[in-house]
Formats: sequence, C-alpha cells, structure tokens
Amino acid sequence: MSDFETVAASENQAARRGPSGEPGTPNQVGRPRKPRSLAGDAWRDLRRKPIFWISLILVLLVTAMAAVPGLFTSNDPADCVLSRQHAGPSGGAIFGYDFQGCDTYARAVYGARASLLVGALSALFTGLIALVVGMLAGYFGGWVDAVLSRVIDIVLGIPLLLAAIVLLKRIGSDSATVRIAAVIFVLAVLGWTTAARVVRSSVITAREQDYVAAARMLGAGDGRIMWRHILPNALAPAIVVLTIALGSFIAAEATLSFLGIGLREPTISWGIEINNGRVHMRESATPLVVPSAFLALTVLAFIMLGDAIRDAFDPKLR
Amino acid sequence: MFRFIVRRLLQMVLAFFGTTLIVYALMFAGQGDPIQALAGERPVTAAQRAYLTEKYHLDATGVGGFFYRYFDYISNLLRGDLGESLTGRSIGDILAAAWPVTIRLALIAIAVAVIFGVTAGVLAGIRRASVFDNATLLLTLLVLGIPTIVLAPLAQYFLGVKWQIFPPTAGADPDFFALLLPGIVLGSLSLATALRLTRTSVAENLRADYVRTARSKGLPNRRVVSVHVLRNSLIPVITFLGVEVGNLMSGAIITEGVFNIPGVGFNLFRGIRTEDGPLVVGIVSVLVVVYLVSNLVVDVLYAVLDPRIRYE
Repeated sequence: MSDFETVAASENQAARRGPSGEPGTPNQVGRPRKPRSLAGDAWRDLRRKPIFWISLILVLLVTAMAAVPGLFTSNDPADCVLSRQHAGPSGGAIFGYDFQGCDTYARAVYGARASLLVGALSALFTGLIALVVGMLAGYFGGWVDAVLSRVIDIVLGIPLLLAAIVLLKRIGSDSATVRIAAVIFVLAVLGWTTAARVVRSSVITAREQDYVAAARMLGAGDGRIMWRHILPNALAPAIVVLTIALGSFIAAEATLSFLGIGLREPTISWGIEINNGRVHMRESATPLVVPSAFLALTVLAFIMLGDAIRDAFDPKLR
Repeated sequence: MFRFIVRRLLQMVLAFFGTTLIVYALMFAGQGDPIQALAGERPVTAAQRAYLTEKYHLDATGVGGFFYRYFDYISNLLRGDLGESLTGRSIGDILAAAWPVTIRLALIAIAVAVIFGVTAGVLAGIRRASVFDNATLLLTLLVLGIPTIVLAPLAQYFLGVKWQIFPPTAGADPDFFALLLPGIVLGSLSLATALRLTRTSVAENLRADYVRTARSKGLPNRRVVSVHVLRNSLIPVITFLGVEVGNLMSGAIITEGVFNIPGVGFNLFRGIRTEDGPLVVGIVSVLVVVYLVSNLVVDVLYAVLDPRIRYE
C-alpha cells in the first residue's frame, strides 16, 4: 500500500502544482521587473472560483478515503450477513445494507481505493508515455515526428472500450493484483495519445525559444536541453490534461468492472457495486444510488479541477 | 484533395490490419488449446478435432502458421462470414437482427443531440456570459462528467421504475416510445458536446468580419444569425455528429445492456457475460470496421464542407 500512498501524494502535488509553484518559474524568477508570472495570474484567477475549491476539496476527500478508509467508517465492508438483506440504516451503516447484507456505505468508502489507484497509476503511465513520445516527436521533428505522429493517429483510431474488452478477456487470472495491473496497462496503452499531442505541440513551441538557443550555444547536448530546459515548460499543460484524464480513467475502470471484465470480486470497485445494485434495484435502490453518487462526484471533481486550471492558464479567456 | 483521400485511406488500412491483428492474436492465438477454447466447456470428439484442425490449418506452426490463420480470419471477415457463436447461431444472423434496433436507437440519440444541443448552443453563443449561458455550461459539464454506467441505471430507476414515466426495459422488438429514454441517455453525451461546439463556433463567428458587413448592409438580426452565422457555425458540429454516429454504434454496449434492447451492443454485453469468445470477436471485428469507415467518411466530409481546410 505504501506504493499507492506515494502515488496519491504525488497526485495531490500534481493537482496543487498548477496554481502555486509552477515548474516553469525558474526561468522567470530572474526577471524582477515582471511583477506576476502566468502561474501567478492563474492562481489569482483560481482563488476566486468556487468550482475550483469545491472540486479540490472533493479530490482531497476521496484521496483521504482511498488512503485511510477507516477514518470514514468503522464497519468492515466484507462483513456480509444474508439475514440483514436490504435492511434499513443501523449501527453506523447510514445507508443500510445491500442484497448480500453488506454495509452499503462502507463498501462505497472502500471502493475509492481501487478506483483512485487505477486512475492515478494509469494517468502516471499515460503521462510517462506521452512525455517520451511527445518530446521525441516535437524535439527532433523530421522523420521521427512523422513516424510517431502516424502511430498516434492509429492508436487514436482504436475505440477504447472495444479494445479494452478484447485485451482484458485474455486475462484468465482472478488475482486482484493481476487484474488491477491489467486494467492499468490497458488504459495506459490506449489512453496516452491526447496527452502526447499536447506535449508535442508545447515542445515545438519551447524548442524555438531564445533560452534553448542560448543553452545550445553554451554547448549543451540534446539530452540536457530536453531534460533541463524544455521538459519543465512542457510539463504544465500535460499535467492539466492528465488531471482531466484521471477522471475519465476512473470512469473507464468502473465501466470495465461494471461489464465484468475489469476488476472482480472480492476487490471492491464502484463499477461492480453499481452493477450489483442495478440487478436488485426494484427491491432497494440505495445500493445502486450510493456507489453511483460516489463515482459521479469523484469523476466530476477531477474533470472540473482540470477544467478550472486549464481555463485559468489560458490567456485568451482572460 | 485526391492525395488527402489516398493518404487517409492508407492510414485506415493500416489501422484496420493493426486492430484486427491485435483482436485475432489475443483471442485465438497463443492459447493452450484453440479448439477447446473455441468449443468452450463442451467436450470435443477426435473427429471434430481433426475436422477443425484441417479447417483452420492448425497443424501449420510458427510465425508462418499464425499469419496463415490470421489471413484466413481476415478473408472470412471481408467476405462477411463471421462464423458461429458458442450456442451454434450464425453471428451474421445475430447481427442482421440486431443492426436495425441499434440504428434506430442511434438515430434517436442523434436527433436528441441535434434538436436540443444545437438550439441551446446557438442561444448560449448569442447571449454569451448570460445566466442561460452559464447554466448550460455547468449543466453540460455535469453531463460530460457523469459516466454512462451511472446515468443509465439511475435514469432507468427513477424514470422507469419509481415514477413510471417511461417503460423501464425495452424487450424484444421495441417500439419508438420504449427506445426514447435509452435514446436520450445515449444522446445526452453527444448533446453536451454538440452544445459546447455550437456555442463556441457561434460566438466566434458573431465577431467575424462578414457578420459586421451583413449588419452594416442593414440586414435584420434574425437573418444574420440564421443564415450567415449558423451556416458557417454548423460545419464543426456536423463533422462531430458524423464521428458520433460511429461512436454510438459501438458505444451503446452499456445503454443497450442496461435497458435490455436487443441491439448489437446488447449481444456484445451478453457475449462478454457468457464468455462467448467467437461472438465477442465477431462483433468487435465488425464494430472496428464500422468505426474506422465512419471516421474516414467524416474526415473526407470535413474537407468537402469547409473549403478553408486543405490537407497537404
């Protein structure tokens, strides 16, 4: 789990990095005459937006839920007794019990972990693939760009859900780790294209800047220029795209689990819970509504956060 | 233009072989016993085994054998022979019965997106930063953010089961009314995107020079908006809706599964549930082709509709 916590922590950092400490600032710090940087402007803009604060709080809340579910409920989600099937609220189970007699609220709380783990790791790997491909295509141009851009076009042409169905149907194992890894792999392999295009275009812009020419004149090699000079400037737009992508990865994981090809029980996932609740919705609707609300709010929070940061960083909208 | 179409076609052919190769390699090749995998849990007699080995050239080994069988699969696919599902039904027949239902559902979804999305988008674009504009923006953000697996079951529960406004499930041979709620659910995502696209492009075009010229000629506002602005603003919307038709065909898996609509997505949903390998591969292969072709048509349409766009 420590693995997960570092990811959750870096995810928080990524979400916060947008407004406050911008990785691009080292180049701007030395200019005392310019009172505010783009990041400073964006932060002033964001501070006044209620949507930004609401989504940030939701993101932090669900991250805490994934890291320490015990803080939110003292009930065990695996403690299921058939005799209290669809029973009403009692003893900490504020939303009552589901078809199997499990605590609906506790299962929704514990479902955050798998969703966020898949979402954050998929976004991380997506970001790594996108950075490498986008950097190479944008920096070197020429035939490298031509080949990589065609690869992006082709991968973009593959329908995500259909490809995921085919890839995941091959996974015979029911082990939780294997299935989580498989879902992350599928989402990362199919989902990196948009971010790669964003990185590519910002690298192309950064490549033509004076400071890159200056670095080259000082004798810096390609590797150093890419790593020290271009990467920090290409990172910010990629992080915004990845925040939105994180939300859609969480939705994709839930959809795959809903279909029965993503995560499987006994792993607790919102997609599985929604599917189980759906089957018995005529008897009791809370087992359907509660995980649905958790999933929708989480996805919305990430998408709105990314949307707000992107708007704040877009000078055209100001 | 001609060069663009040829290049786009070549790209599609590449994507077609790429995806079908992946589909094929993952589903059939590399398994312990492909004949047993094809038969599922049923026993296989020696005679059946010999027949299937002969039929699928399973005795050819190595990379050559793999590609031999792959091209067998491709040529069958191109001839429209999709084989049989594990239950013994011809997959071609299953699809022939399912397509009309799926197409009707997709048409309802597109109609919903056009009627509400484009109208609201034009209004929001004209009155930018008004209460209506901000309300639609927030509403579309909500729709875009809520996954279908949340929207479909909740709509089914509240509108179908609890308040009983719509029939909760469609069942065999559904009529228009039974398909209306699933159509709205399916179309809501396209509605939100179409609304945002229309809004942005109307707002942009209202500032264009030709609009100022039309205004200064003394044309009434209604004519400027409905003829000059709308015609130019709808180009990106039309291309988007074209892509969406392809998406809706394959994107209806969840909606058709939840509402019990016997379309293509429902059969795929059932195939996944019952572990029916051949059915899943057959449907996915066809859907990939539909998706690729619709993307191609839209790209070409884009270049035809908008003379400013030149792909060279």
